[in-house]
Amino acid sequence: MTESTVTLHDPTSETAPATRPRRKPPALLEGRTVALFDIGKSRADEFLDYLETRLRARGIATARFAKPTNAKPATTVILDDIAAGADVVVEALAD
Amino acid sequence: MSESATYVAVVKDECETCHLAVPALAEIHQAGHPLTVYWQDDGAFLGPGLAAAAVDDRALERSFHLAVETVPTLIRLDDGAETGRTVGWHREDWRALTAIPTLGAGLPLHRPGCGSRSVELGVAEALRVRFGETGIRARTVEVASGADAIEACYDRGWSDGLPVVPPTPERILRMLSGTRRDPHEVIGRVPPELAPCTVEKVAINAVMAGCRPEYMPVVLTALEAALDPGFTLHGVTCSTCFSSPVIIVNGPIAKRIGMNSGLNALGQGNRANATIGRAVNLVVRNVGGGRPGEIDRATLGSPGKYTFCFAEDEGDDAWEPLAVSRGIAPGRSAVTVFAGDGIQGVTDQKARTPGQLTRSLAMGLQAVGHPKLCEWAAAVLVLSPEHYAIYREAGWDRGRITRALQGALLLPGEKVAAGAGGVAEGMPPSRAGQRIPKFHPGALLLVRAGGPAGLFSAVLSGWPGGRLFEESHPVTREITE
Repeated sequence: MTESTVTLHDPTSETAPATRPRRKPPALLEGRTVALFDIGKSRADEFLDYLETRLRARGIATARFAKPTNAKPATTVILDDIAAGADVVVEALAD
Repeated sequence: MSESATYVAVVKDECETCHLAVPALAEIHQAGHPLTVYWQDDGAFLGPGLAAAAVDDRALERSFHLAVETVPTLIRLDDGAETGRTVGWHREDWRALTAIPTLGAGLPLHRPGCGSRSVELGVAEALRVRFGETGIRARTVEVASGADAIEACYDRGWSDGLPVVPPTPERILRMLSGTRRDPHEVIGRVPPELAPCTVEKVAINAVMAGCRPEYMPVVLTALEAALDPGFTLHGVTCSTCFSSPVIIVNGPIAKRIGMNSGLNALGQGNRANATIGRAVNLVVRNVGGGRPGEIDRATLGSPGKYTFCFAEDEGDDAWEPLAVSRGIAPGRSAVTVFAGDGIQGVTDQKARTPGQLTRSLAMGLQAVGHPKLCEWAAAVLVLSPEHYAIYREAGWDRGRITRALQGALLLPGEKVAAGAGGVAEGMPPSRAGQRIPKFHPGALLLVRAGGPAGLFSAVLSGWPGGRLFEESHPVTREITE
């Protein structure tokens, strides 16, 4: 502190998340695998079942992923599995 | 006495014992021993006999570096290193320290000293900032002294919307004096950003919330309880629902720090209630990054997101306190965190028997989440004194009241089924024919609080994440000081 300033201390974590540009979505889904991710909200399965039926009817591959509860974040394992097993992901977010 | 012995005394004019010790100090000086007498306020009382030895220490720098807590303090140094000190006036101690056998012959045997100005309230921390090492590791932000520090906190996004107390190093050090824990101890990782949170960061946010240092053990324990995986603070913070941590304090600390469990216990006006809850929410915001409109996605939110903290009324020996019912030993202090919304009052001024009151309160509790949703959210029922008196006079305790309420809240599946009664919301029709419990076992908490008059109780609805009770539930932790 100097005579002309008041010193405060930062109450935050003093961290800044690394940001990176979002990957551009593919122009076409043909030849890609679409992850259908159930985050644990009720009736997510109904929505994803419907979507899966529609996608498969177009010959687009799908893969199902789920976390047990919407109350907690997805684990790194689940995120890694999705990243390794799919090109695009659809999350069923709402009830 | 070694040839190289020197003496340092610290005195102040407003201390009678310092006045009394002046002749003894003059004797030491006249005996030819090197002596420096630091005075903290006005040195005139030392008189001409000590004029050559007297040194102005109104800035209290020497007093701080000498770690003087009481005046007069007499310190002996041999070869420049302290070899002894005495505080107040103890004739024999002064004689032993100076090796002058006749020192203070005309003075009384003993007089206690006074507090040094360097340890007066608020001064000690200021001196540590000015002359010592604060040990505070958090980044510093310099604000022009002509600028408004409160506005500077707003500008940096540190506020919950209300003005905060600017976290100056003096205030942070004072806050840290409220706990024996190492300022750099990490108490956990605060979601959603899972940032490590130190005791020091908690203290900074507690300053901003307006806490007193003695609240720190409650704030720290409440945060540790909220960081228990079973509480699921991430979901509570980021949810579209209303909830935030509701903090319920039990045990002797509640009275000691002046918490309110009586009139207007869930309302405003009590510093401890108001600021402990606020400090927890500020930590979630500032350390965890749980800011509304960003990752806090609450559709409506609730006033409890500023603060929601109160103490349980433990004034009735027949009543088992909440924390004891949850495994804490009687007589110990504890916090329970509950992911809750605002208050829904239940007014019943006609019930006179436990049965009548139970059925009535159950109707209020049925509205938690939605009247037709069961096994959905937890709840706290805050029983007012007049409602509790109906149970007490009939000999009903916590366990019996809870069982009776759970029984009254076994709801017919066909009446709460989706679509029943022309209301689309509800339980799966497949459960028609069952009697469905409104709450999971353990998801209905009873607390006593409130002023003496009023046949009203309050229901605090829980976060719907509690429908998976094993994933999110109230957490109780003992407070260690």
